[in-house]
Amino acid sequence: MSKVLMKGNEAIGEGAIRAGCRHFFGYPITPQSELPHYLAKRMPEVGGVFLQAESETSSINMVYGAAGAGFRVMTSSSSPGLSLMQEGISYLVGAELPCVIVNVMRGGPGLGNIAPAQSDYFQAVKGGGHGDYKLIVLAPASVQEIIDLMQVAFDLGDKYRTPVMLVGDGILGQMMEPVELADEVTVPEIAAKPWAAGGLQGREKPNIINSLYIVPEDCEELNKKLFAKYDVIAAEETRWEEYRLDDAEIVLTGFGTAARIAKSVVDKARAEGIKAGLIRPITLWPFPSEVYARAAEHAQKFLCIEMSMGQMLEDVRLAVNGKKPVHFYGRSGGMVPLAKDVLAEVKKIMAGGAE
Amino acid sequence: MLQEILIAGFGGQGVLSTGQLLAYAGMIENKQVAWIPSYGPEMRGGTANCGVTISDEPISSPLVTEPTTLIVMNRPSLDKFEKAVVPGGYILINSSLVDQKVKRDDVQVMEIPANQIAEELGNTKVANNVILGALIELTGIVSIESVVESLKKVLPPRRHNMIPVNQQALEKGAQLAREMKK
Repeated sequence: MSKVLMKGNEAIGEGAIRAGCRHFFGYPITPQSELPHYLAKRMPEVGGVFLQAESETSSINMVYGAAGAGFRVMTSSSSPGLSLMQEGISYLVGAELPCVIVNVMRGGPGLGNIAPAQSDYFQAVKGGGHGDYKLIVLAPASVQEIIDLMQVAFDLGDKYRTPVMLVGDGILGQMMEPVELADEVTVPEIAAKPWAAGGLQGREKPNIINSLYIVPEDCEELNKKLFAKYDVIAAEETRWEEYRLDDAEIVLTGFGTAARIAKSVVDKARAEGIKAGLIRPITLWPFPSEVYARAAEHAQKFLCIEMSMGQMLEDVRLAVNGKKPVHFYGRSGGMVPLAKDVLAEVKKIMAGGAE
Repeated sequence: MLQEILIAGFGGQGVLSTGQLLAYAGMIENKQVAWIPSYGPEMRGGTANCGVTISDEPISSPLVTEPTTLIVMNRPSLDKFEKAVVPGGYILINSSLVDQKVKRDDVQVMEIPANQIAEELGNTKVANNVILGALIELTGIVSIESVVESLKKVLPPRRHNMIPVNQQALEKGAQLAREMKK
């Protein structure tokens, strides 16, 4: 193992390569462009394919092709690019194709700006495209966790035949932090995909990759099948981090960059005698609802911190289910919460001020 | 220990790489480090800056909004960031390129003719490391040895012949800061 200083965007690329991904299709957009830059150099070194498509719409449909042929494949973009991909993502779900889609979020709506944001939460976890579906959504909070979760992303995608989304923001993409990397890149074993359209290989009938279910009964069967799968994923793949939660009177919560800031506020609040704790969802879907429900038994208040006007807030409120008040502190449009402002909010809430 | 350093200057002055060097040195010393560039809509020849956080504790946000030390490599950077420095913090100014004075009296200011010293050492490109040497002397944030070690990792092997002059620049900056402190 060696420790190297790495940019978040580069870590997404290196993590993908180490997870056995050899196909990338994408189109540049700030603040994630270092990722295609990195893979443009790195993919040929490992015998992979890097292709800059003519648009995000093309990228996601190239992903459909490569995933249908059975390859580990990914694309990446930032907020406006993800909006363009939504139709393709819905088709990938309909055809039950595994792939990894990265969103390094920026300020919106519209063209917005290139500063860090988390305002595509709804788009990521509530099904940004049409139809009944969920994506597994992973939210790393450090450059090391990006590397680790890229492996998880590809493995879960293959295991459940589903697209997996990894969401970050401009800060995570642009920042450099130390990461531990194995000195050798070893290709992990990837289970066979007998459903893939990769040639007959001795079978009599060709595999067909399609998301058209023209008979309503068949389409309902697909939806039931997908949701049975989602039940298993929710039961077995939910991930989260708890910090100083056991005796917490106020529970701070957030994901990614906002959770890092919240975690530092937990320590600052404790230093001032306020019993604070943290819940950080690592999977945004499936959402760790039970952890909040459990915390609501002893905690008095909750504070959700986001780089948006409040989106994960709704899932926190559903999980807490009215047992305790859930407050919100957010900055949006590319602004980032400051620890001192969050701490001031915590004090205000504990003094009974904010409601 | 938590130090938040903002390094600001023109694009091309080595502002981003100086920050990376500092972060790498912190990592070698097993400290928590984070580096983040300004990545706004910048233009060639415009200003560039980066934030480096070095700490004993995990770093919550890598954004440096209230630096403990500001390194100023050009005049626009002094105008832009002078007010942001925490009271009692340091402002290190490359006085070869910045003739403006710091207006605040609650910060410690050190003016270093970095380009002039770099020229005397025979290579103007090492001006940033003269300032970095002074920063190390003032704050004790990392050791010069760790920065030299980082140079070996950050520079490609064909540029390793540049390490001695960079080391001289670091030592010269440190020496100057020692003398100015007295």
